Amino acid sequence: MSFFLEVLLGGTLAGVMYSLVAIGFVLIYRASGVFNFAQGSLVLFSALTFVNLTERGIPFVVAFIVTLFVIFVLVLLIDALILKHLINRSVITLFMATLGLSYVIEGLAQTVWGTQVHGLDLGISDAPINFFGIMLSKFDLFATGIAGTLVIILSLLFSKTRFGISLRAVADDPLAAQSVGIRLNHIWILVWTVAGFVALVAGLLWGARLGVQFSLSLVVLKALPVLIIGGFTSIAGAILAGLIVGATEKLAEIYLGGIIGSGIENWFPYVLAILFLLVYPTGLFGQKQVTRV
Amino acid sequence: MFLFSQARQYVEQYQDEKRIFRLKEHRILFIFGLLIAFLFVPFVGPDYLFNAILVPFLVLALAGLGLNILTGYTGQLSLGAAAFMAVGAFATYNLELRIPQLPLLVSIFLGGIIAALAGIVVGLPSLRIKGFYLIVSTLAAQFFVPWLFTQYGWFTNNNASGVITAPRMEILGYSINSPVGHYLLTLSTVVVLTVLARNLINSQYGRNFRAVRDMETAAITIGIPVSQTKLLAFAISSFYLGIAGALWAFAYLGTIEADGLDLNRSFQILFIIIIGGLGSLTGSFLGAAFIVLLPILLSVLGQAVFGQAIDQALLQNLQKIIFGGLIIYFLIKEPEGLSRLLRNLYHRLRKWPLRY
Repeated sequence: MSFFLEVLLGGTLAGVMYSLVAIGFVLIYRASGVFNFAQGSLVLFSALTFVNLTERGIPFVVAFIVTLFVIFVLVLLIDALILKHLINRSVITLFMATLGLSYVIEGLAQTVWGTQVHGLDLGISDAPINFFGIMLSKFDLFATGIAGTLVIILSLLFSKTRFGISLRAVADDPLAAQSVGIRLNHIWILVWTVAGFVALVAGLLWGARLGVQFSLSLVVLKALPVLIIGGFTSIAGAILAGLIVGATEKLAEIYLGGIIGSGIENWFPYVLAILFLLVYPTGLFGQKQVTRV
Repeated sequence: MFLFSQARQYVEQYQDEKRIFRLKEHRILFIFGLLIAFLFVPFVGPDYLFNAILVPFLVLALAGLGLNILTGYTGQLSLGAAAFMAVGAFATYNLELRIPQLPLLVSIFLGGIIAALAGIVVGLPSLRIKGFYLIVSTLAAQFFVPWLFTQYGWFTNNNASGVITAPRMEILGYSINSPVGHYLLTLSTVVVLTVLARNLINSQYGRNFRAVRDMETAAITIGIPVSQTKLLAFAISSFYLGIAGALWAFAYLGTIEADGLDLNRSFQILFIIIIGGLGSLTGSFLGAAFIVLLPILLSVLGQAVFGQAIDQALLQNLQKIIFGGLIIYFLIKEPEGLSRLLRNLYHRLRKWPLRY
């Protein structure tokens, strides 16, 4: 029983890392209706930039701020060169554009910063600690703490600041928001930057665990089923779904993996997502789609 | 221009309207092109041309054709194209292995059928899940299929490294195990399937596909069986992809492992149809040609500019940037892709030297 609990809790905590990536998606989807496949490459790009800065002896905080600034510039470019020209196009077109964008960012990041693997030490060990008889990874607990803080900051941002309220207005009805004087473009740039910030945090945590390398951009594939289970528009959904995916993935690997073979964690979340979708076609917390002719 | 005069070629019967090429000049050009491809190229081309350019081009074009039927014509975004290719390749391999008396062409065909069945299974969620949420079922296939083929040794005949190799490549007793043989096999398959696809698109089924793509709700109200149409699109698309997979494995590479047909291959095929033109059969060919030629062009250019071969990793990253940039460019400027550019050029030329 305690082994089961250990697997369950360990998986749940690992799921937090998926949620972190998924939150970035949700932010952008809510504000602009763009399903941003490039979120994964943003994670890679920001982590690579950060690591290369710190390896050149720049202190943590400065490197963090510089990276944020670089992300901001990148977002300005994305907005001016891509998003502005794709207004009113179908969601699938926008998705494919971000797919192209992810290729550009990945190629760019690796051309500029090289393809070697960088280690990243945040000063937190991955050592297990004893928690009421259950061994939990210290690093996972730390990541959970960071994710929790991030979510609190984001929800404060959305409920208390002018920007957040504008954002919610845009998410609710872009046309009405524009007519009361909210500038869509500014909101988009800000949201993409916030999503970039989330990507940076996720990139640091994932990078500390896996090493900063190309495979970081593949976390997007882990975040997709999370996003789909949670629904595209809900941060709470993203978190809950992340926990569900993390927990079931680990449980399946241990209890099901012995029967049908190992290495199922690549596809298991997707099958889980399909099962969820058959019951909730727009995810757990997704907005109901109304179709009109 | 004199070659492309439309004069005195009237459409008088419905039958004429349905022809693949309405103009006589087009038909002549098409037959002429086929004659060159079948009778001239095999005798003069060097092996490199077949192995590295023509065969992959034709196979990728076929795969693009398959994905285009699903994504371009029916509007169901799929990120699992390579999974169906893998199903086709492994099914063909196992059919040849376990029923040795089956002719090669029959087992390739049956491989396509098995891929089509897999396509129907993957397409089933599309009846309930719409739009974006659908990518989850194609992605599930994309991750599940290579896992299945790697995990269970039965599929690879218990090969230690999970590799399958080409069966004996012969048709009616003639060995086609040469670059030219591979080329002719691929070419004939692609020509036949392209003509079939053209007719399919022009038929009632093709119009149903487009109706579902353009507005599903409206399609329902005018009585189009949306569920059947979607499943049919999945099945036919997977059939094409399955055959493309078998050709990719046996006519192009010779040996293949399941991981060789991963998500990146799916993206590549998606890029082929975006760059070539969504919802255009010509586009699949143009996109495939582009994607096969660009890396060669880049390395030649690199050689010329820097005087030495560029570092492989750098080359790959440059390719990524160029592909990504082009995708964005095409989506913004020319959503109908290269095929539209070609059509514009053609109309310009036909009226040349007049502008309108």
